[in-house]
Amino acid sequence: MDLLRLATAGSVDDGKSTLIGRMLYDSKSIFTDQLEAIERTSRDRGDDYTDLALLTDGLRAEREQGITIDVAYRYFATPKRKFIVADTPGHIQYTRNMVTGASTADVGIVLADARKGLIEQSRRHAFLVSLLQVPHLVLAVNKMDLVDWSEEVYESIRAEFVEFASKLQISDLTVIPMSALKGDNVVERSANMPWYQGAPLLHHLENVHIASDRNLVDVRFPVQYVIRPHQNLNQDYRGYAGQVAGGVLKTGDEVVVLPSGLGTRIAGIETADGPVEEAFAPMSVVLRLEDDLDVSRGDMICRPNNRPSVSQDIDAMVCWMGDSPLVPGRKLAIKHTTRTARTLVKELQYELNINTLHRNQEAVDLRLNEIGRVRLRTTSPLMADEYGRNRATGGFVLIDEATNATVGAGMIVGAD
Amino acid sequence: MKPVAGEEKNPMGRTAHSPRYSLSHLKTLEAEAIFIIREVAAELERPALMFSGGKDSIVMLELARRAFAPARIPFPVLHIDTGHNFDEVLEHRDREVKRLGLTLVVGSVQEAIDRGVVREEPNGSRNRIQTAVLLETAEKHGFTALLGGARRDEEKARAKERVFSFRDEFGQWDPKSQRPEVWGLYNTRVHVGESIRVFPISNWTELDIWSYIEQENIEVPSLYYSHRRPVFRRNGMLFAVHSFCQPRPSEEVFEADVRYRTMGDATLTAAVPSTAATPTQVREEVAGTRLTERGATRGDDQVSEAAMEDRKKEGYF
Repeated sequence: MDLLRLATAGSVDDGKSTLIGRMLYDSKSIFTDQLEAIERTSRDRGDDYTDLALLTDGLRAEREQGITIDVAYRYFATPKRKFIVADTPGHIQYTRNMVTGASTADVGIVLADARKGLIEQSRRHAFLVSLLQVPHLVLAVNKMDLVDWSEEVYESIRAEFVEFASKLQISDLTVIPMSALKGDNVVERSANMPWYQGAPLLHHLENVHIASDRNLVDVRFPVQYVIRPHQNLNQDYRGYAGQVAGGVLKTGDEVVVLPSGLGTRIAGIETADGPVEEAFAPMSVVLRLEDDLDVSRGDMICRPNNRPSVSQDIDAMVCWMGDSPLVPGRKLAIKHTTRTARTLVKELQYELNINTLHRNQEAVDLRLNEIGRVRLRTTSPLMADEYGRNRATGGFVLIDEATNATVGAGMIVGAD
Repeated sequence: MKPVAGEEKNPMGRTAHSPRYSLSHLKTLEAEAIFIIREVAAELERPALMFSGGKDSIVMLELARRAFAPARIPFPVLHIDTGHNFDEVLEHRDREVKRLGLTLVVGSVQEAIDRGVVREEPNGSRNRIQTAVLLETAEKHGFTALLGGARRDEEKARAKERVFSFRDEFGQWDPKSQRPEVWGLYNTRVHVGESIRVFPISNWTELDIWSYIEQENIEVPSLYYSHRRPVFRRNGMLFAVHSFCQPRPSEEVFEADVRYRTMGDATLTAAVPSTAATPTQVREEVAGTRLTERGATRGDDQVSEAAMEDRKKEGYF
């Protein structure tokens, strides 16, 4: 059984919470006491039917106001896969939450209301899924029951979306007509839409091929922690712990340590289960090296003829998450893999309107939830890959050193 | 930027579809948890691992052992002792601490009651008042980060809590001002006086915990497996007759095959009827259960629908 991370974005009106509730309910991941609690609440509020959205709206304020504040995580499993759902609210003021949810997702689900067709919000969600390089996108055309299960309605939404998606970087798109409320094409195939030949959503999620989404070519091992036992038994032991960020490491491989560039070989790869011959993402392992080099947290181990850029000048798309705006000249801390440095925002090249994709080159700042392209200068070199090639070595966060808040999420476009 | 595509003839690139390079969901969760635990050790000054003796904290301790092997776990273990313990749990705690060569720090709720720092609650449960003892003990020992075994599937408020969860000077959680956690890039910075709770097994479910205990052959207290004992029924739940938990005259005592799904305050933690006597049987039972573990066994979470959210805001872990 493997693990699939899913991100959904949408507002109450899209039926997103209903969709998630439906998946949990139909996959028997909802417990009797949870169901009884929401049935009671629905009854007390005078709802006509049990509101499955109550399953996902967890905080008191959310239930009282009928809104979703934050990213919530849900879990369900089928015999084929375990699913982690990052459930995020859809309005533009929650862009940072959507970015957070999408950052680790294998599949992004964008909802559209069949009655309304593609609205600004669906396009924005699709753009964010593409910006964060979520490998698979599903457009769920929901509320088909309210348009009489019309194939024409579905077809026109599908065609319009495919046209829009061709302008984005989306490698795998699946469009599914459904009714989350009635349960059509969520877990069970719909009897109301015999014209739809594809699989229901859950079947698609169980079978979508995600193994090749990982980068197994470019060896990247950010050193996280140096293990020195200080015990009589293992006095000379020195191991470099970390999580593989890309490629396949093998015992005996020639490697270099960046930024120093010193070379050695892998003497052994260890886990608590014993030594292993190979390690690949996302394994957490300990490497032993043949030579006694000066290696510390924040260094990157890779192959001699396949290296990331080692650079202090970084071009990146940044989603701003801070309350006070990003302006050129601002100094921040930057955390990239296991390395933390300081950075100066040298230039704001443009702000990208995430509804129209228009590039505003006149922009003087980036405000909360805005996305733009910036040029950064860092105090120490980063071992950078393009985000499109490796999400783990191409992503970074920006931290306000005065408030300690995480104020930005960046995706590296280039480094020199 | 000089991208690197195709520059190296890596034989592994061609076998990307091979099942050889896929990791099971349990090993993926394990790798994530180990990464988080190492991140805490690397970036935070004085962490401690909260250990209650329950199955989640036992799995946490095992993950910490794996994160630093062959070295010892580089931080102490903190136990908030409510005084309402099951003996088996304390015995297990002491055995583990000795086996792994750890330092154990105990914060005693009984002692805090004796000193008048906290007051016993009318229902006799010490689950709520242990928060004050936790905060006091952490402060006394200068712990800036507490690793805990909370899981997001346990409860609706937890589902929205970050892996690195910040607490103000009073240990309080503010759900509306949480830091975004993007990719695996955790911002661990704290101001003086603030602290962090870190939950490396946030993404595990009860079923994952039992599958892992089964797969990795991890020892848990025998109370987690079916055993026959005298019990009585209260609020629809089965309670063991215990020195802290006596039946009222109207409550009939009878023998039953039961096991514990959680190990909380012994006065309030109920047992469930079960014949599951091995990790495999328990895993199968958990996979088929229709009640959440808290709903089935915890008197304290039934107080209100937002009980956990309210307690967390007060500083409960």
